[in-house]
Amino acid sequence: MPLLWLIVAVLVVSGAGYVLGRSRAVAQAGGDTRALHSLPFYYGANVFLKIVVPAFGLLILWLLIQPLVVDRVVSGTIPADEVREGSSIGLVMAEVTRTAKGMTNAVAEGALSADALRDGSMDPEEVTQALKDAGQVVTSTLTAPIIEAAQLRNRMSATGSVIMSVVVMLAALAGLVWGVRESAPAFRARNVVEQGIRVMLIGAASIAVLTTIGIVLSLVFNTVEFFRLYPASQFFFGLEWAPSFSGRGGASDLGVLPLLWGTLYISLVALAVAVPIGLFAAVYLSEYASPRMRAVAKPLLEVLAGIPTIVYGLFALLTVGPLLVSVFGDGGMLGVSWQGGGRAVMTAGIVMGIMLIPFVSSLSDDIINAVPQAMRDGSYGLGATRSETIKQVVLPAALPGIVGAILLAASRAIGETMIVVLGAGAAARLSLNPFEAMTTVTAKIVSQLTGDSDFASPEALVAFALGMTLFVLTLGLNVLALYIVRKYREQYD
Amino acid sequence: MTDATSIPAAPEDGRRKSSLRTLDARTRRRNAAEKRFRFYGLAAILVGLFFLVVLGVTIVRSGLPAFTQTVVSIDFTLSEEDYAKAEGQLFKTKAYEQIFNAALVTSLEERGVEAEFDAKAINRIMGKPGATIREHFRANEGDLGTPVQFELSAASRVDGYFKGRVTRDGFVDSRFLQASDLDLVDALAEAGIIRQAFNWNFITGADSGVDNPGGAGIGASVVGSFFMMLVVLFLSLPIGVAASIYLEEFAPQNRFTDLIEVNISNLAAVPSIVFGILGLAVFIQFMHLPQSAPLVGGLVLTLMTLPTIIISTRASLKAVPPSIRDAALGLGASKMQSVLHHVLPLAMPGILTGTIIGLAQALGETAPLLLIGMVGFVARGYPDGFIAGFTEPNSAMPAQIYTWAARADVGFYEKAWGGIIVLLLFLLTMNIIAIILRRRFERRW
Repeated sequence: MPLLWLIVAVLVVSGAGYVLGRSRAVAQAGGDTRALHSLPFYYGANVFLKIVVPAFGLLILWLLIQPLVVDRVVSGTIPADEVREGSSIGLVMAEVTRTAKGMTNAVAEGALSADALRDGSMDPEEVTQALKDAGQVVTSTLTAPIIEAAQLRNRMSATGSVIMSVVVMLAALAGLVWGVRESAPAFRARNVVEQGIRVMLIGAASIAVLTTIGIVLSLVFNTVEFFRLYPASQFFFGLEWAPSFSGRGGASDLGVLPLLWGTLYISLVALAVAVPIGLFAAVYLSEYASPRMRAVAKPLLEVLAGIPTIVYGLFALLTVGPLLVSVFGDGGMLGVSWQGGGRAVMTAGIVMGIMLIPFVSSLSDDIINAVPQAMRDGSYGLGATRSETIKQVVLPAALPGIVGAILLAASRAIGETMIVVLGAGAAARLSLNPFEAMTTVTAKIVSQLTGDSDFASPEALVAFALGMTLFVLTLGLNVLALYIVRKYREQYD
Repeated sequence: MTDATSIPAAPEDGRRKSSLRTLDARTRRRNAAEKRFRFYGLAAILVGLFFLVVLGVTIVRSGLPAFTQTVVSIDFTLSEEDYAKAEGQLFKTKAYEQIFNAALVTSLEERGVEAEFDAKAINRIMGKPGATIREHFRANEGDLGTPVQFELSAASRVDGYFKGRVTRDGFVDSRFLQASDLDLVDALAEAGIIRQAFNWNFITGADSGVDNPGGAGIGASVVGSFFMMLVVLFLSLPIGVAASIYLEEFAPQNRFTDLIEVNISNLAAVPSIVFGILGLAVFIQFMHLPQSAPLVGGLVLTLMTLPTIIISTRASLKAVPPSIRDAALGLGASKMQSVLHHVLPLAMPGILTGTIIGLAQALGETAPLLLIGMVGFVARGYPDGFIAGFTEPNSAMPAQIYTWAARADVGFYEKAWGGIIVLLLFLLTMNIIAIILRRRFERRW
């Protein structure tokens, strides 16, 4: 593991740098640390930072850029006729990557001789056979250009990592010299180190911004790519969702409306379960419950929010679904045959509602508690009962906050994945029957992006457009909710 | 106040409208409404708790069977000739199976088990014992010729019979199991040859193929989750703490700070699947990191948990009173020293509590893992080493549970529930640690 050794080497140099910087400063001050501008620690830390930051920065950059450069060069050497009908350069490059890795492994195991590979004395069939014998994954018989490209890739990566090790070590040593030379009693080591730490803190804080940028860019680029292959109007207004399974048929209907309808319908059912229960629970907890009951019931309800969604998904698939079928299904308790299978809007909606109860109740509880006591006292003083006070004074005052809480819960419901993947079904339908299976945006993102799909096909790229839709929807709801909540808070603070 | 008596007395002619002692209809109605309202609230809480109980009972009831397994325990002697013969065959495990089943038939006949049976029935009852037997004798050649006690897992349908998944009424004979076999199974159970045993393989083993629910274990994916959590811990804790320190202690009031704040609160509400898309596009498509690797899963979950950790860390930094900072500054510490030497250590218990809760959240998260290819990958073994643990494809607990739930064989559902019990035990442990930390170190200033 040369990379690991490189990291260890840099760390060793930086450790040495710390000791050197510190001792040099102390020695120059004649052993009297009072003559130093900063504490001795800072002189060492200064050298340490000057070694570690540039060296690791370079290392990370190199590791990110090298594969891109290598891929570019390698894919340039592949002749155009190597890309077969119905294939793409991406698939060929994947084959090259696989072959290159297989060769490295096979050579390491001794199943292939590196010399034989280098002088080209083996023909492609022999190489393929040797790789297969060594247990490496090779899909079909390799062709000469692919083997050459794979070897080029291996050679370039090998030289690349040698150069990288040299450059990184040079950077570390340069940092060492620079830092140690600075270590003199008059040098303001603490200010420099603190400035460095400050920059790192800012860097850490900007990761949130970078993440958002990353999300937006990865969604936008792929969505634009998708709209180049598939008309946007058909995506936004299409009433059919029927991706072709071959992946390259081009005859897919990718309308988002059935998915949006499924998403909204399931979310509506979920909110119809969660909002009344959550709201009444919040009112009871904040207005009626004794402190002891509150101390028990509130955390217990919140456990519902801490349970992983995969658990709810399984609960929907294996417990609630069959239960609903036994009530509403063929030969069920009600004697109606509304529900055909366990996966349905109701199944997913009810389970999602259970999951959302604590969201609604906790947020509403906080908001109801924030209503000033004076308003309640005023109402009691006029002779209102508790429930009248709640209905006519507390809830209206808390209404904006409660609406915000419900919107946040709705955004959760729209973005929820596991429950609908397992509980809602896979068929996209525009129907009003809540006992039918429908599917959602999130479920389709999962189904379009898992499996061996070609990332360049519209069937896979549509997932990014769906993701974009989802992102915009939930973001809109969140911003709206936060806006409402914040506006409300200003009234009483 | 001497005029108080001048308030007109109640009319004496009995036209008195109301009294404090007897409730009039309207008050009764209002009181009833009050009671009703109160009851609704209580009912709502009870319904919520009811759901919790149902969920818990379902998990325990459906999941516990995964921890037991029906085993056939039997003494078996393999002679050296048979060993040599079996090793010489093309289908070696099959050969072992035949030898073993023949031996079982003789042994049962000797014992005089009171049921009709033939070699085929034995074949149906046993799972696939060949591989286990072969491995044992290849590892311990000295055992050849002496009786060895084996505990071999029974076929998955026999397992189902013991756990109530397969019942006698409505039983349809198939090539997997016939009704007459159940009599044999009962007889064997009576003779103590077939019994229920704790399924260690479920806890330590790896995933099996789609046709062998009995052999599936969650161990390998626990290891995958562990490596992912290592990544999350070592990235999100330092980054989260650094970001919080900056925002809480140093950030000036300007647009950039506002931008960061808005981003953090928005990221906390972005659906987890969107982080999966980000991971797929950036880490796998763009950076070419290996698919299905715990490293990638850890990176995605780090980005996802960062907002949670930042929010809780800021809360605990805010809880440290300003007098601590002022005292440090007054003694000549720099701003950075006051924060790093005094505020941060005091806030550390709160930060750790928040981090553990964030980790627990990340541990149970499934959706992003689906997109970076942790599903569909059959984690057949443990990673080869520490580095390989990060970079080699593996599954993670929630992804493994999803994989099992999506498989056609009903036998896997039991495993999925069992996996949930394991997952919830981990979550419970983490949350209890967080609560203990909070209880022990929480300080009111």
